[in-house]
Amino acid sequence: MSMLDRYLQAFGQTLAMVSLSAALAIVAGLALAVVLTVTTPGNLYPRPRLNKALSVTVNTFRAIPFIILLVAMLPFTRFLVGTTLGTWAAVVPLTANLIPFFARIAQVSLSEVDHGLVEAARAMGCRRWHIVRHVLLPEALPGIIGGMTVSVIAMINASAMAGAVGAGGLGDLAIRYGYERYETRVMFEVIVILIALVTLVQFTGEWLARRADHRR
Amino acid sequence: MMQNELPAAAVAADDAAPPVAPHIVFEGLRKHYQGARGRVTALDDVSFAIGRGEIFGIIGRSGAGKSTLLRSINMLERPDGGAVRIDGTDVGRLDENALVRLRRRIGMIFQHFNLLSAKTVAENVALPLRVAGVKPAEARRRVQALLELVGLGGKADVYPAKLSGGQKQRVGIARALVHDPEILLCDEATSALDPETTQSILALLRDINRKLGLTVVLITHDMAVIREVCHRVLVLDAGRVAEEGEVWRVFGNPQAEATRALLRPLRHDVPADLAAALRPEPRGAGEAAVLRLRFTGQGQPGGVSLPALAALGPGARLLHGGLDRLRGHAQGSLLVSVPAGALREEAARAALLADHVEVLGYVDA
Repeated sequence: MSMLDRYLQAFGQTLAMVSLSAALAIVAGLALAVVLTVTTPGNLYPRPRLNKALSVTVNTFRAIPFIILLVAMLPFTRFLVGTTLGTWAAVVPLTANLIPFFARIAQVSLSEVDHGLVEAARAMGCRRWHIVRHVLLPEALPGIIGGMTVSVIAMINASAMAGAVGAGGLGDLAIRYGYERYETRVMFEVIVILIALVTLVQFTGEWLARRADHRR
Repeated sequence: MMQNELPAAAVAADDAAPPVAPHIVFEGLRKHYQGARGRVTALDDVSFAIGRGEIFGIIGRSGAGKSTLLRSINMLERPDGGAVRIDGTDVGRLDENALVRLRRRIGMIFQHFNLLSAKTVAENVALPLRVAGVKPAEARRRVQALLELVGLGGKADVYPAKLSGGQKQRVGIARALVHDPEILLCDEATSALDPETTQSILALLRDINRKLGLTVVLITHDMAVIREVCHRVLVLDAGRVAEEGEVWRVFGNPQAEATRALLRPLRHDVPADLAAALRPEPRGAGEAAVLRLRFTGQGQPGGVSLPALAALGPGARLLHGGLDRLRGHAQGSLLVSVPAGALREEAARAALLADHVEVLGYVDA
């Protein structure tokens, strides 16, 4: 395998890991954020005990360092994807790591939606799920997109550690060649690729958030 | 001091308010909050009725409970006791489905407009129809008709952030009317607008009330708003009804201290320079007495008679004051100075003219 092929393969693995886990985590995290928001006391569906339980669970997952989560989740990963090795096996801990992270960011945006808008929606005859669908989510969208950007970049970062379960990817390439074999050049090149990737994600995210934001 | 009250003169026939069928009835409404410093009473045994098709104003200082009272009509806030009946139905007993149906018959506009920033003007106005399952084509037609009604026909695809405050409130009004409601609730709808825009929004509300015949309930802390559009007014003070009645009666002859306090900014009070020069007792000859003539709108059907005013005598001077015409009743107050020596005769003449005559004091002629 030529060096270029190695780069391409690693890039593909990173892309696959990050995009699949990001898609899963964003959907699940957003759902979790909505539940966390609407079940707070005084909100649309006040369920204080469910809210507390979810909140504690989210905090627990947020507290565990990713490298430990990666190992601790091995049995669950095997149960889910049938193996504990490879790119697809890394998706499970990456997603589990990102769901609570993104949920908290999205929750902040959702709870910052002006209460007057919710009141106006109630007054016009919206049911509660209408309010989630037509008021909370669209109004929080610019903040949620910002949160997605932060989350995807955090995930590109975390995916470097997924090499520990044989997931490959750019981070793994940098560690194996650049660090363990003292091929400093490989490490620098990988870093340059990562910088480009992160910059691209950041700019795309900012552009999307601007397009979704009609508040000015 | 001399106070002269004339018996209420015969009231012209058109003064009698037409008997209106009650539309919204409040029965012993109570509401408490658990505040930081213990229990706060927002509403304390509030009972009154709003007639069908009238513009009814609720006024009070901030914290008087008017917002809570308004929100009890569509149950955005639930009272702790008492009932609100709309056409006889106790709205507090409705289940969620019935409440959603009721709210579609009640439009509401807000001080800060509460438009969705992520939706265009047309999408904002269409939202109540959309969530009610109205077909898109039908919704589009109604939205366009309403935007024309409020004078924003060309702004359908603009986002609210690009609009001025007055335009935003017009969108709010279009949204509130999109279900052809029978009641329109206005929550300090003009308090965030400049005076000129306030006038145009109030004119629109008056127009809508006349054209569509809906019942308008508005809350405000500004008596000028009440004077401008309302037929009847209720003064709320610390959660209790301080006073209630036709606007011209309440303005012309306020009974409650809370009403007088709210009216103070609108009154033609004694100017500071004159107030400083006033002496409570006469000192000697060559002085002038300052009289305040108050017109409640009760005793002067058709306006204040100028010949009667002229009859005050050669030494009389009109110092300060003004009259407002409120639903056909001229009311206000005039400050007049007369020679102190002729006070008795002049005051008697003034008493034939005004509803209340009061000697404020004496100044050098």
